[in-house]
Amino acid sequence: MAKKKFVVGCFDDEAVLFPAVKKVRTSGYKIHDVYTPFAVHGLDHALGLRETSLHTAGFIYGITGTTTALSCISWIFTRDWPLNIGGKPHFALPAWVPIMFELTVLFAAVGMVLTFCYLCQLAPFVKKHHFHPRATDDLFVMVIECTDKTNTDDLKAFLTSNGAVETDVQVAEDGWWLGRYDKDEMPFENKEIVAA
Amino acid sequence: MHLKYESQLREPLVYGDKTYHQVTEDIVKPIEAKPTKLWYIGFYISVALLLFGVYSVYREVTYGIGQWNLNKTIGWGWDITNFVWWVGIGHAGTLISAILLLFRQGWRTGVNRAAEAMTIFAVMCAGQFPIFHMGRVWMAFFVLPYPNTRGPLWVNFNSPLLWDVFAISTYFTVSLLFWYSGLIPDFATVRDRAFTKLRKRLYGIASFGWTGSTKHWQRHESLSLVLAGLSTPLVLSVHTIVSFDFATSVIPGWHTTIFPPYFVAGAIFSGFAMVQTLMVIVRKVFGMEDYITMGHIEAMNKVIVLTGSIVGVAYLTELFMGWYSQNKYEGYTFWYSRAYLFSPYGWSYWGMMACNVLSPQIFWFRKMRRNLFVTFFMSIIVNIGMWFERFVIIVTSLYRDYLPSSWSVYYSPTIWEIGFYAGTFGLFFTCFFLFAKYFPVIAIAEIKYVLKTTGEGYKNKMGNIEEQKLEEFVHEQAHH
Repeated sequence: MAKKKFVVGCFDDEAVLFPAVKKVRTSGYKIHDVYTPFAVHGLDHALGLRETSLHTAGFIYGITGTTTALSCISWIFTRDWPLNIGGKPHFALPAWVPIMFELTVLFAAVGMVLTFCYLCQLAPFVKKHHFHPRATDDLFVMVIECTDKTNTDDLKAFLTSNGAVETDVQVAEDGWWLGRYDKDEMPFENKEIVAA
Repeated sequence: MHLKYESQLREPLVYGDKTYHQVTEDIVKPIEAKPTKLWYIGFYISVALLLFGVYSVYREVTYGIGQWNLNKTIGWGWDITNFVWWVGIGHAGTLISAILLLFRQGWRTGVNRAAEAMTIFAVMCAGQFPIFHMGRVWMAFFVLPYPNTRGPLWVNFNSPLLWDVFAISTYFTVSLLFWYSGLIPDFATVRDRAFTKLRKRLYGIASFGWTGSTKHWQRHESLSLVLAGLSTPLVLSVHTIVSFDFATSVIPGWHTTIFPPYFVAGAIFSGFAMVQTLMVIVRKVFGMEDYITMGHIEAMNKVIVLTGSIVGVAYLTELFMGWYSQNKYEGYTFWYSRAYLFSPYGWSYWGMMACNVLSPQIFWFRKMRRNLFVTFFMSIIVNIGMWFERFVIIVTSLYRDYLPSSWSVYYSPTIWEIGFYAGTFGLFFTCFFLFAKYFPVIAIAEIKYVLKTTGEGYKNKMGNIEEQKLEEFVHEQAHH
């Protein structure tokens, strides 16, 4: 995958981040992404991201489960092997409700999690470029994609004036690859740990 | 946009004036520190119990069900009692992680991770019992409906025992997915601050390459909410279906329509008791008092007194119906086999009444709800009581049949039945000790999300907001 050039600005408070996102966007810069340690509500709207359709996928998986259960059981019990259970009807819908329900939930949950992992490109052994190791700890990391015309020094100064506590320029791949994390920097390497 | 304001009257959920970084430090500390002696002692005891359980199961598989004291007519004894007991315990985890999420109960964030872990381990333990009760355990796959060379002979989809297969396996799968999807961002936090290569590598694999991208968080939120919405009816359905194992039969004492709600309330009751047992220990051993506060303990004790009382009402309703139905078999089961203290198993009924209905009433007093010793003691008592409940339901209904000639001899378990039960304790605690050492026991990202609304330090600053004019407040909050 091609490498790209990014300007990275780190914020330490989401209350500072929101106005900064607004300013950066109105100034015409293209925000590649904002990496946050937790789900910051409203940030997706501030970045102009559309709503996710994951729940719609979940609904479709769910009804797939329901119909799978109903069609399989009814075929088995009325066509393939009509079992006489105390002379009761072969098509015993009320007795099938529990399994239909369970398969609805099972299909929806498994399908949604797999879809989530596919959309976010998450899997074991997957590696992605990390713009800042503290993005999963306490920093809100705004990453702006540079074009040929971007003056990185100006942009860094602009981010600092909008409250960024740290800025830098990075050249990185923006996709994912198979890799390990043990060659990454370890900012906590020499820490002495006292037993809890 | 969400308002960063919560009334000062509400107790803080996170004590101390914490920053986001401090939250990470506090929660990750037990993972990064060497385990204490206490951890090793607990872990080795658990493994020893587990090995004893493995040997007990080995004997059962080799020599058959005869290793247990099951007889005619008590075909279900300790094994199914333990199965229902463990499944019930699991329910609190899903209640905390799913139902309380939908009800927007902020206090769930402190305990949901550990409670969900408890659910998964409890369901793992529960599953062992029906599987090994089959006797020829190598044929356990016969319960799966697949086109086979025996006809194909299908399973009976109209049987509650098969519904159980679907319910328990779905429950386990969905709980595991819910738990793990919540763990991914926290594993990424642990990975990014790891200080050895092995840690970086292993937590790197476990975190699936999570970066914290805004779009990913948006999908993650959507996923958690829908999984919570799915888990809520699921958890109710699971214990309902377990109760159908009994309720759809025609055995006096089992054949009642009250079973589904009564079983679900009992499950939540015993599950919360187990969460209390674990949380009182975890907060002490790992120094998590700032995150698992007395407020959390109190809230769970309130759930215990509520569900304990619901269960009590169910017991009394059953007794009433035993008389009101004027069915002599029902009456005999409820008023002789159970409620008569000097009947063969009367002790178990009154043990159940004392542990489940009478003793939790102590939690009507605030002082008792906020007392750790009382909480810990009661959590054990409740779980003993709930074990008695399942024993009462199963054994007192089975030991005397319609014909006095087929009344069974007195049932008491063999050492291998007890060993199997002890083994599941070993399995449960071995898993829990490993979880507590290698996994973030509190959901780091979720605590950070509620920190600025419910953290003590932030709440104290909100006094100014209470005095602000409405227009000022709106103006200040609306800037993003």
